[in-house]
Amino acid sequence: MKRTPLQSGLLYLGVFVFAASVLLPVAWMLISSVMPASELTVKPLRWWPQHADWSRYRLLLTLGENTPGQTFLYALRNSAAVAMTTTLLALLVGIPAAYALSRFPRGKDWILSSVVATYMLPPVALLLPLYQMLARLGLLNTVWGLILVYCCIIMPFATWLLKSNFDTVPPEIEESGLVDGLSRFGVMTRITVPLALPGVVTTAIFAILLAWDEFFFALLFTNGLAAKTLPVAISDFTAGRATDYGLIMTAGVLAALPPVLIAVALQRGLLAGLTSGGVKG
Amino acid sequence: MKRMILGLSLLLSSASTVYAAPVTLHALFMKQAAYSEANIKDMTKAFEAKNPGVKINLEFVPYEGLHDKIVSSASAGSNGYDVVLFDVIWPTEFAKNGFLTDVTSRIPAADNSRVFSGAWTTVTADSKRYGMPWILDTKYLFYNKDMLKKAGIAAPPKTWEELQKQAAIIKAKKLVEYPIVWSWSQAEALICDYTTLLSAYGGQFYTGGKPAFNTGGGLKALQYMTGSLKSGLSNPNSTEYLEEDVRKVFSDGKAAFALNWTYMYAMANDPKQSKVAGNVGIVPAPGVAGVSQASAMNGSMGLGIPTGSPHKDEAWKFIQYLTSAPAQEQFATLSLPIWKASYSKPAVVKGQADLVKAANTSLNLMFPRPTIAQYPQLSTLLQTSLQKALLGSQTPAQALDSAAKAASRFR
Amino acid sequence: MTRGQRASPAAGQGWPFLLPLLLILLCVIGYPLIRTLYLSFTDASLNALGIRPAWLGWDNYVYALTSPDFLSSLWHSTYFTVVSVALEVVIGVLVALLLNQKFRGQAFARALLILPWAIPTIVNATMWRWIYNPEYGALNALLTQTGLMGDYRSWLGSPSSAMNMVILADVWKNYSLVALIALAALQSVPDEIYEAAALDGVPIWTRFWRLTLPFILGPLSVAVVLRTIEAFKVFDIIYVMTRGGPADATKTASFSVYQEAFTYLQAGSGAAYANVMVLISALLIAGYLLLMKRQRAA
Repeated sequence: MKRTPLQSGLLYLGVFVFAASVLLPVAWMLISSVMPASELTVKPLRWWPQHADWSRYRLLLTLGENTPGQTFLYALRNSAAVAMTTTLLALLVGIPAAYALSRFPRGKDWILSSVVATYMLPPVALLLPLYQMLARLGLLNTVWGLILVYCCIIMPFATWLLKSNFDTVPPEIEESGLVDGLSRFGVMTRITVPLALPGVVTTAIFAILLAWDEFFFALLFTNGLAAKTLPVAISDFTAGRATDYGLIMTAGVLAALPPVLIAVALQRGLLAGLTSGGVKG
Repeated sequence: MKRMILGLSLLLSSASTVYAAPVTLHALFMKQAAYSEANIKDMTKAFEAKNPGVKINLEFVPYEGLHDKIVSSASAGSNGYDVVLFDVIWPTEFAKNGFLTDVTSRIPAADNSRVFSGAWTTVTADSKRYGMPWILDTKYLFYNKDMLKKAGIAAPPKTWEELQKQAAIIKAKKLVEYPIVWSWSQAEALICDYTTLLSAYGGQFYTGGKPAFNTGGGLKALQYMTGSLKSGLSNPNSTEYLEEDVRKVFSDGKAAFALNWTYMYAMANDPKQSKVAGNVGIVPAPGVAGVSQASAMNGSMGLGIPTGSPHKDEAWKFIQYLTSAPAQEQFATLSLPIWKASYSKPAVVKGQADLVKAANTSLNLMFPRPTIAQYPQLSTLLQTSLQKALLGSQTPAQALDSAAKAASRFR
Repeated sequence: MTRGQRASPAAGQGWPFLLPLLLILLCVIGYPLIRTLYLSFTDASLNALGIRPAWLGWDNYVYALTSPDFLSSLWHSTYFTVVSVALEVVIGVLVALLLNQKFRGQAFARALLILPWAIPTIVNATMWRWIYNPEYGALNALLTQTGLMGDYRSWLGSPSSAMNMVILADVWKNYSLVALIALAALQSVPDEIYEAAALDGVPIWTRFWRLTLPFILGPLSVAVVLRTIEAFKVFDIIYVMTRGGPADATKTASFSVYQEAFTYLQAGSGAAYANVMVLISALLIAGYLLLMKRQRAA
């Protein structure tokens, strides 16, 4: 379709406004993270540092006892461990469940409903009993405790997302597999999952991001270096003695980097997975 | 043969429990004000060196999360903490709910007179002691010496009235836009500032078991606060500031006066993080003509042992070490000792004579916040009401009246 | 429903596949939920005394529904939810329509759309808190340096602006999910019909209303309900940006539950608060499931 010059102008203006609205706040976070502390607090505000100060990145990425670097790197490790393990478990449990719900829905309507409902519960409703349960199991302030709790948030969501993706794989394709003597499990892993791969990727991205993002349970269930995740570490930075906003912004940049990279890298899969009927090969 | 091995291994295992069995204590501290994390870590290392059988696992949370951490960890039983730092406003509530161990019998009688009485109230509920005082703190008035000199002011204010007058001069001379800065964010910090003023105006939180902060000194204190905002003498951003923001603003030379804890003295004088190093004056918070000479509130904190702790003896040893005079005197810059005798020791006075002089007045005046089991409710209620008045949506009288009414309905 | 018939399952087929999920949900969600329900009918307090809580009946619920504090926090949650979701949908659809056009740099622009969505909530909250900072914040500096505003303002310190500023920060991050879902749906709109309509001179508004919207309505409603329920339980962004202040202007229901249980130690009424929230969420969920059913039927 041909556009008039006016239409093109408007289009590019719109794109510009959109790009600026996304980029400006993030750019300010980046600039603040390399702006020397003395320049961050001048009035009128300076928008560009006279020279970039990378010391905060060095500080946060150097492991030394009792340093912000230690807090940050341990939190990074914990976040990564929690997000990866939770995602893996969510897929391991969610894929078969979603498959069963998609292929044998009879009498299982209530499961899908309760699975969806679970995801929507306010976490405060579960907090106290979960705390006591984790305490009894000795899982407070451990990565495994968090993983257990996150599984219960993320598995229902993953199951639900996967189910709608499996629905788009026509059962006829599976029948050839069944005829060739594959078991149901074999059909699922060899035929359905590969065909619904974009959906699986999308689910994985959602799961990683949800786990990476979670704050409420992490705040109450973890304290020390052993299990504290990045969101908690960052909220501690802002409340504690570090009034160096540059340092907080540096921590923010570094904490946002992994999920942003993962999401942008898998962008195509993401869009395809979100498109219903996105199974094209 | 089998039996022998069994016996041998039994012997070995029992022997090992007698000798080694290092105990690990979980201790909870806070991130801001008073001793720094580095201070506490150094003290802990020294303790561990002297007590090889005990390992300490330190955890630091922001003050805003301290109460909730102690409370929620209580349901973890022996998996919770062994030593916790607690605020002066919690012992009644904690005692009522069985969170802290009664340690009255562990404290030597000789210590009674050697520690400030204000410090003892920090750990006392129902005449039982639930820990050892550790951080003896109150709010002081800090001032920028340079600015006062430029404004032609000879001495820092002795009354709150005078503070306003001096601030007006400084504002008129355009030395700084907003001469006074406070921590009036919706948090406990706001109550601390309010308590200081309330005590200066001779107010009371409760009389005869009934809320009384909406009359007399309590009302005048809030009127003073709202007035200083309206006149433009106080920084309007105060309503979203905590102590650390106050320190930042004062250290950047953007305020002539600030109310804050002990720790700001050393940090505002540190050229690495302050533009006003060397220009920091400190005096007791002012009084009110005809009512009080100076004012102070009890912002102390103590160390206690949660009831679930399986290592109470070791925990008490650690607490005794941290609160001992030598340990406190060695780290006396960000927080001052609880021991009266320490205040004449050169190690404590050196380099901070002004602070110690102010402390000698203030520490004897420390006004307590209410000691009721529902203190957290009262505090939240007051924070909201005070803010409503400060932000102009209610008059001070309206705000405090409705708070008093709600406070009489606690269940 | 035709699919189920075609697969013609033997009774009980598929259950082993579901077993792990059901077990985990039962332990980690079922048990706590029932326990919270029980607590809400008792005078349980958070204590270490081992006292058995006494049965109170509906007292806690009466207390919750007559507490002005809790009701106002419910109202704050509702306001937050309605305003932020409405903005997210409008902006999300507009951006999706924009990025569905063909233009140079389209791939880059789509990657940009992912950026806010992938930034963790806490990072987003601290970033905006810094931008709103009353003394050194970029927003104040930008508005005064360009002459749009005379004086610096305390954005999060005044009750009239605090909630809206928090909403702005939330919308910035979360409209991208709506946009992503809408964009994915738009890709299934056949270009041919659209071009034909354009050639016939159908006005752009009618084209959107009659041709585009029906295609994206299904996925969009999923996105709306997802966002609605997440917004209703908002806690983290509030915790970091304002902690409920100033003067309780941003205290949401989740914050209120947290405070009742952990600051006031009243586990019983805290649980009742939580259950009132669950009930409201349940209504939203029911509405959502109804929508799904209709969509399936259509």
